[in-house]
Amino acid sequence: MRLDDLINHTGEWLKGSGPYAHIVTSSRVRLARNLASFPFPNKSGKKELDEVLEVVDKAVSQIELLKDCANFHIVDMDSVDRQFLVERHLMSHDHASNPEGKGVVISKEEILSIMINEEDHLRIQVMQSGLNLTETWKIINAIDDALSNKLGYAFYPEWGFLTACPTNTGTAMRGSVMLHLPALVMTKQISKVLTAISKLSFASRGFYGEGTQASGNFYQISNQVSLGHSEDDIIQNINGLIKQIIEQEEQARQALLLQNRPMLEDKICRSYGLLKHAHIISSQETTELLSMVRLGIDMGILKDVGHKIINQLFLMIQPAHLQKIEGKKLNAFERDTKRASLIRQKLGG
Amino acid sequence: MQCDVCGKKKATVHLTEIVDQQMSEMHLCEECARQKSVQMEQQFGLADLLAGLADMGSKGTPAKDAAAAAKTAALTCAKCALSYDDFRKFGRLGCGHCYISFKEQLEALLKKIHGSNHHLGKMIAKSKKTSLTTTKLRKDDLTSLRQDLQEAIHSEDFEKAATIRDKIRDMEKKEK
Repeated sequence: MRLDDLINHTGEWLKGSGPYAHIVTSSRVRLARNLASFPFPNKSGKKELDEVLEVVDKAVSQIELLKDCANFHIVDMDSVDRQFLVERHLMSHDHASNPEGKGVVISKEEILSIMINEEDHLRIQVMQSGLNLTETWKIINAIDDALSNKLGYAFYPEWGFLTACPTNTGTAMRGSVMLHLPALVMTKQISKVLTAISKLSFASRGFYGEGTQASGNFYQISNQVSLGHSEDDIIQNINGLIKQIIEQEEQARQALLLQNRPMLEDKICRSYGLLKHAHIISSQETTELLSMVRLGIDMGILKDVGHKIINQLFLMIQPAHLQKIEGKKLNAFERDTKRASLIRQKLGG
Repeated sequence: MQCDVCGKKKATVHLTEIVDQQMSEMHLCEECARQKSVQMEQQFGLADLLAGLADMGSKGTPAKDAAAAAKTAALTCAKCALSYDDFRKFGRLGCGHCYISFKEQLEALLKKIHGSNHHLGKMIAKSKKTSLTTTKLRKDDLTSLRQDLQEAIHSEDFEKAATIRDKIRDMEKKEK
C-alpha cells in the first residue's frame, strides 16, 4: 500500500454508518504499551529509538492479523505526507513534528494505526464508524494479544500496563467517541454538558484531539481514568454517558424545530447553497457550513446529499489533503480556491 | 488589579483552571500570561498538577515535610537514572523500572489520579519473554496485596476484600 492510495479512499470510520450515526461520527479505542527492555521514548536516544523501531517492525511483519498493513518511518516522509496522516487521524501532531526514530503502521481500511515511539513505545488505535466501542475494543484486544506474544511489554500485575505518564497507567486504554452536537451548541447548552462531563471524570476535546479547539461542532469525549476499572467497565461507562448526550442533542434538535422551523431551514439551506457555489472558502468557514449541512441531512431537511460525502469532505478540505489531491504545494489563497472547487465538484454545484 | 505572578503590572488576562473539580482563578499581566501559556503548551499543566498531587497528603511538621521532600526528590531510578525531581518537573517516567524505584510515591499518586491503585483490567498474555513480572516482584505484590486485604477487612470494605482475595488466589495459582 502506498500513501497516495489513501487519498481516493474513505476510511472505514468515515462511512457514516453504525449505531447512532446521526450524532456519533466514530468510535476509537487506543492502547498505550511499552517494551520492558527499553527506556521510554522520552528517555531514549536515537540508538534506542531505532532499536525499538526495528524490534516492533519485525514483530508487526510476523503477525498474520497485520499482514496487509503498511509501515512507514516518519523521517522518510515529506511534511505534506506527515500532515496528511495527522489530518486523517492516523497519527498525532506531536508524532509528525518530531520525526526522529518514529514510525507508523496503518491498516488498509484505516481501521488500525500503530504509532511507534510516540509518548509510549506503542500507541495502538482502532477506529470504527458510529457508536461502536465494544466492537472496537474486541478488534484492538486481538491485535494487542498478538503484539504482546511477540514483544515483552512493561507490565506490573498490580498496576497493569506501565506508561510514560501515570495518567495512562493501568489498562492504558482511552476510549473516545466523536460526537456532532450542533443543536446543543445552537441552544447554548453545550457548556453545561461539557461541565457535567468533566465532573464525571471524562474529558472532552476538539476534532483533532488533545489541545485542539472544537470546530464544526465536533466534540471528542473520552475516559480520564484508566486504573481500577476493567476495559469492559470503562467502555460501558462511556457508552452510558454518550447515550445521555445523544438524548440531549436529540431533544435540542426537536426544540430548534419547534421554536422556529423556518429559521433553522434557512440556516441549513443557506449553508448548503454557499458550499455549492462559493469560489474562495477557508477551512474554518467550510467546517462550520458542513456542520449545518450534516444537521440538515440528519433532520431530513436536506434530502439530496448523504452522510458519507459530508464526512469525507471534512477531511478532504484540510490543507495537506488539498495539496495531495493537487499533487503540489499550495499557498493559503490557492488552497482556498482549490477547496471551493473541490466542494462544488463533490456537491454538484 | 495587579498580576498574581509579577505583582507589578496590571492584570489583563484572567485564567480559570479546573483541576479535579477544583476551580482556581489567576489574574495575569500580558507578559506573565504569555509565559504561562508556553508552559501550559509544553505540559498541559500536567507537571504542575502531578507535583501538586505528589505533595498532597503528606502530614507532619513543616521541618519534617521539608526533610522528607528533599529525600524524595533525591530518589533516582536504578535503571534509567531518572530522578524523582525530574519526574515531578516533566511529568513523565523514564522506564518501566521507574514504577519500582518510585513505588511508594507512585502508589499515592496513582490513587489520587485514578481513585484506585489496583489494576482490574486485562492481564498480560502469556509470553516466553519475561517482562517486569519477575518472581521477585510477584512476591512483593503478594505481600502488599495481603496487607491491603487486611486493611480492607479491618475497614469492613468486604467488596474490596473479596476482589483482593480473588487476586491473591489467582497469583498463588500462577506461582504453583
